[in-house]
Amino acid sequence: MNYLVSIGLEVHVQLRTVSKMFCGCATGFGAPPNTHVCPVCLGYPGTLPVMNQDAIHYTVVAGLLLGSNISDYSKFDRKSYFYPDMPKNYQISQYDRPLCDGGSVDIEIDGLQKQIGITRIHLEEDVGKSTHFSGKSGVDFNRAGIPLMEIVTEPDITSADEAMSFLVALKQIMLYGEVSGCNLEEGNMRCDVNCSVRPETQSRLGTKTEIKNMNTFKGVHAALLYEIDRQVQALESGEQILQETRRWDPDAGITIQMRVKESEHDYRYFPEPDLMPVVLDSDKIEEWRAQLPELPRERRTRFVEQYGLPDYDAGILVEDKALADYYEEAAKQSANPKAISNWMMTEMLRLLSERGLELGDIAMKPESLAGLVKLTDSNTINSSTAREVFGILFAEGGDPAHIVKEKGLAQVGDSDLLDKLVKQAILDNPRSVEDYRSGKKAAAQFLVGQVMRLTKGKANPKLVQDLLRTKLDG
Amino acid sequence: MQSDNQNVDRIDVSYVAHLARLHLDKEEIESFQGQLEETLDYVRKISELDVEGIEPTAHAVSVQNVFRADEERPGLNREQVLENSPAHNEEQILVPKIIE
Repeated sequence: MNYLVSIGLEVHVQLRTVSKMFCGCATGFGAPPNTHVCPVCLGYPGTLPVMNQDAIHYTVVAGLLLGSNISDYSKFDRKSYFYPDMPKNYQISQYDRPLCDGGSVDIEIDGLQKQIGITRIHLEEDVGKSTHFSGKSGVDFNRAGIPLMEIVTEPDITSADEAMSFLVALKQIMLYGEVSGCNLEEGNMRCDVNCSVRPETQSRLGTKTEIKNMNTFKGVHAALLYEIDRQVQALESGEQILQETRRWDPDAGITIQMRVKESEHDYRYFPEPDLMPVVLDSDKIEEWRAQLPELPRERRTRFVEQYGLPDYDAGILVEDKALADYYEEAAKQSANPKAISNWMMTEMLRLLSERGLELGDIAMKPESLAGLVKLTDSNTINSSTAREVFGILFAEGGDPAHIVKEKGLAQVGDSDLLDKLVKQAILDNPRSVEDYRSGKKAAAQFLVGQVMRLTKGKANPKLVQDLLRTKLDG
Repeated sequence: MQSDNQNVDRIDVSYVAHLARLHLDKEEIESFQGQLEETLDYVRKISELDVEGIEPTAHAVSVQNVFRADEERPGLNREQVLENSPAHNEEQILVPKIIE
């Protein structure tokens, strides 16, 4: 029997505000426990929440980037539950009037385009973090009240690979929109995974399970591979799938049942009386729409058209906004944008990955790369020297022209000098000369190499070749 | 645990108590049952109003878009916070073990 898989994700994206959703407490990561707290986020009696306007703005920007309808009227609701990670005993969220409805994310899977539908995006506050000791649990409320966008997808995802592609694409869009730092290590993107399988002959979706609180994309992928297999096995052996919440155990590589899901009704949502509705007029929305950044997909097309890059290269560059920004900065200052791309696609990415660095960590400025390309294009340095200078720039930064001058790396293009060295190479290597003349044209390369060695690699290889040919063939 | 009575006319006190993590004995349940129903009856008066043609609203006043700028402000210091809690260690508020 073949089975169809339906996966829907609920992705929590932390917005990049400096203060919390409803109070002025800091949102920075890594502070000592309970140092970013105040009477509002601790739920002290008599306090009132006030909305952070940037959190609203960023959520709308995210919605516009995903093609959502932005609600002209939106409100907040209380989601009641009793758990010590929320000191108010309710979480402020949005129930029936979220900020954004609908939308989609395009993904590419095995070279094919696919669209994953977005159901809605709502805004809510994060909860506290608990740690468990023997007999007691400790709670840190630094995270409580940090604005989180919850992006809910349609059950359009049909494999672990698609889920992974979706998350990567979503992260890319959020980074381009500058609505979130998307730092996974700091828990900026967390995800609940809903998954069901059904025999291909059945049209109704199967019973779903929910895997809670995944904080790495790899984890989502691995958990889905396991969960899909588990559900198929269960159906094959005639078992019933229970609607339940499961937890991914990355060490054991399995999902484990947590609790039978309480029905939605149990949260007893009702309108948050302490917050007034958000009413966005179309002028405001259009003003924000006009300021939207270019998306990776559009940028890729533009790179191909504007800078004459191959589509593949443009795709690699735009994958990472920082890399694409760096490229553009350098390309703007260069007459040879294709060469800039070649350096970035090869040496730059290689050195970054070898040394485990981010683009932001290196001293080399985009203008230095543009300068290096200029030195190569004007034949001031040859390509092997250029690689050497690139290495220096990568490690220490600086002005490439200055480095070339200081280290005496300029190409030797002096024909008289090269002429002498070519003669010497011919005298020193009679065997290669003989090989060449008896038809082994490759022997010329060896002789070019000898001259390059005599100039410590600085000779203009083209010139050396020409001189050699004239002498050997003449 | 599911409520066997999701009907709003009658409150399932033991179910609501379970959701609120309250442990009530039988007598308490009975006593709250009466009290809560009285309260509900009182509030139910509002349904006698004719609301034909009136848009539902979440708020009684027509104020909207009350925002603050995204600016950081100092909060409480930790000693104060921990002092206000029933139990704590050096850094965290302590609660009965909650892992499931």
